[in-house]
Amino acid sequence: MWQTSQTINFAQGEFVMLPAFFILIGTGTFGLPFWLAAILGGVATLVLLGLAFKKMMVDPMIRHGVLPLVVATIGLAILMKEAVREFYGADAWPFPALWATTDVTVFGAVFAIQSLLILAVCIVVVGALQFFLAGTLTGRCMQATAQNPAVARLLGIRVERMILYTFLINGALVWIAALLVTPIYLAKFSNGEILGLYAFIAAIIGGFNQVRGAVLGGLLLGVIDNFCAVYISSSYRMAIPLLILIVVILVRPQGLLGRVEERTV
Amino acid sequence: MRLLIAALLLISGSAFGQIKVAYVGEISGQLAPSGGNFRDGVILAVEEINARGGMLKQKLDLTLYDTQTNPGVARAQMQKALDSEPYVIFGPVLSGNVKVTLELVKQAEVPQFIGGEAADLVTLGNPYMFRTSFGQQIGMPKIANYIRDEIKAKSIALIWVNNDFGKAGRDQLLRVLKERNIRLAADVSTEPGQVDFAADVVKLKSANADAVFVYSNEEECARIMREARKQGLKGPFVGDTTLLSQKTIELAAEAANGVVGHVGLTVDAPIPEVKAFGERFQKRFKYKPDHNGLKGYTAVYAMKYVTEKKLGKLDRKAFAKTMHGLTISPKEEPGILMETSWNEVGEIDRISFLAEVANGQQRIAKVLPKLGK
Repeated sequence: MWQTSQTINFAQGEFVMLPAFFILIGTGTFGLPFWLAAILGGVATLVLLGLAFKKMMVDPMIRHGVLPLVVATIGLAILMKEAVREFYGADAWPFPALWATTDVTVFGAVFAIQSLLILAVCIVVVGALQFFLAGTLTGRCMQATAQNPAVARLLGIRVERMILYTFLINGALVWIAALLVTPIYLAKFSNGEILGLYAFIAAIIGGFNQVRGAVLGGLLLGVIDNFCAVYISSSYRMAIPLLILIVVILVRPQGLLGRVEERTV
Repeated sequence: MRLLIAALLLISGSAFGQIKVAYVGEISGQLAPSGGNFRDGVILAVEEINARGGMLKQKLDLTLYDTQTNPGVARAQMQKALDSEPYVIFGPVLSGNVKVTLELVKQAEVPQFIGGEAADLVTLGNPYMFRTSFGQQIGMPKIANYIRDEIKAKSIALIWVNNDFGKAGRDQLLRVLKERNIRLAADVSTEPGQVDFAADVVKLKSANADAVFVYSNEEECARIMREARKQGLKGPFVGDTTLLSQKTIELAAEAANGVVGHVGLTVDAPIPEVKAFGERFQKRFKYKPDHNGLKGYTAVYAMKYVTEKKLGKLDRKAFAKTMHGLTISPKEEPGILMETSWNEVGEIDRISFLAEVANGQQRIAKVLPKLGK
């Protein structure tokens, strides 16, 4: 989103929280089977968090600059969180796992099937996204839009449409993330806080303008966070990622895999 | 003159005809599941009492104040509640919020039924404070005996939540385990609202203890149990009321099966009055209550009993005085559900239960007598 539309979305954590409640409304309120509720939840996510978000918030705000949009997405995050709390309650809710919650033992080490499949889905999704961006015409048009919207427009690329695709892809990604994460975290209105914070830190560490960077940042953060909790102290687990963030900003501001972006002033 | 007085009474009928009571508790925030249950228990009791004509023939006027599980907000909300001069205050449920509001309630001299279970709450010198469930100093020795006698564990891996409730519970547990020569193999502190327990469960696993003691709030208990199942940690898992609560069982799903422990209050207790309460609650609120629902409900009936049967008038000071050393039986007040006593500092005493979770249901294995018997 940053690459194509210069959008920083501080409601991204809430974007992952909300699809789970779309699905719970489907199963709980309308009594739909989970698979159907999940599909309809996905459609609702694409429409509301993809299309409507772009049309109703990003388009009117972005012409005023990045900062007003940042503030607006912070407001949107609060609105989404409080709306879920108001309409669905402050409790956590169980959310069905996509796979059996059993585990396998390999050479004495226990692996949860759920964790392995989440990792596998992430690899497939990121790989597919990379292929789409680099290996298809639409993907390359989106990259061209990201690099220079004015030149892309001159070359006949429908810049607005490319930006819309980005928001729809973002909608699909948060829906997948919700399906993967919510069975572990449980569905709760406040889930977006921690998810959004970690996602943001991971993106900066890895490189804000690279998908691979965000993935690397996420993996790095998760591993360091858990190692700290096990071998140092769980009380400091939040502090260590922030320390890494400060070091990265000081030493390599573009992130581990990020590109240096230069601007003529 | 008589006509004038009668007219004035008629005009101000609502003020004279209603008794203000307040619930100041955790309706939102991290402890919302517990505070919400407590609140609904209070609401159900108030509705029942009002449907039968009220207390001292006056309706109860209940106002709800949300602490948002935030000590700063709790203090402001308690002050707001006290400004409306309620007869009795119910809540908070979070021990930390009980502590930060303690001085306000004490100065206002308003009787208060708290849901907090931290051991030190009743030792902080508020003569108007009364528990609705056991303090940890009552519950922990019972659990420790269970660990020693039934599970026969020689070592324990403890995971606990680092707030007032968890810290006080941990300290009490360590004391009683030491007295029983049970070794602490791991001491894992976690944060309130924590969602990822992978690293903590790794620590528990590497401790190789005879049993795992889980002491946290309901949502965190459920997440710990889910993670433990994911990592193949077999337990046995022991805990107190929160680990075996309905909310934890619902959230943890099959991961809760096999959990054992002590519960001070449970809607699954083999007592007809408690089961009938559970059915009424479920009919009214469409969910099964946990121990906090029982705490809120019985607290309102304790207020009614003392006010009507012991005092016959609204007198806060006399109320608090009467509560100390009082025992209420279901024969005298059916809404109390089980015989309940309060001692000179407001600590509660009633029967309790050893329970286990099997097939997603809490089952009572044993009824433990009152300490005072």
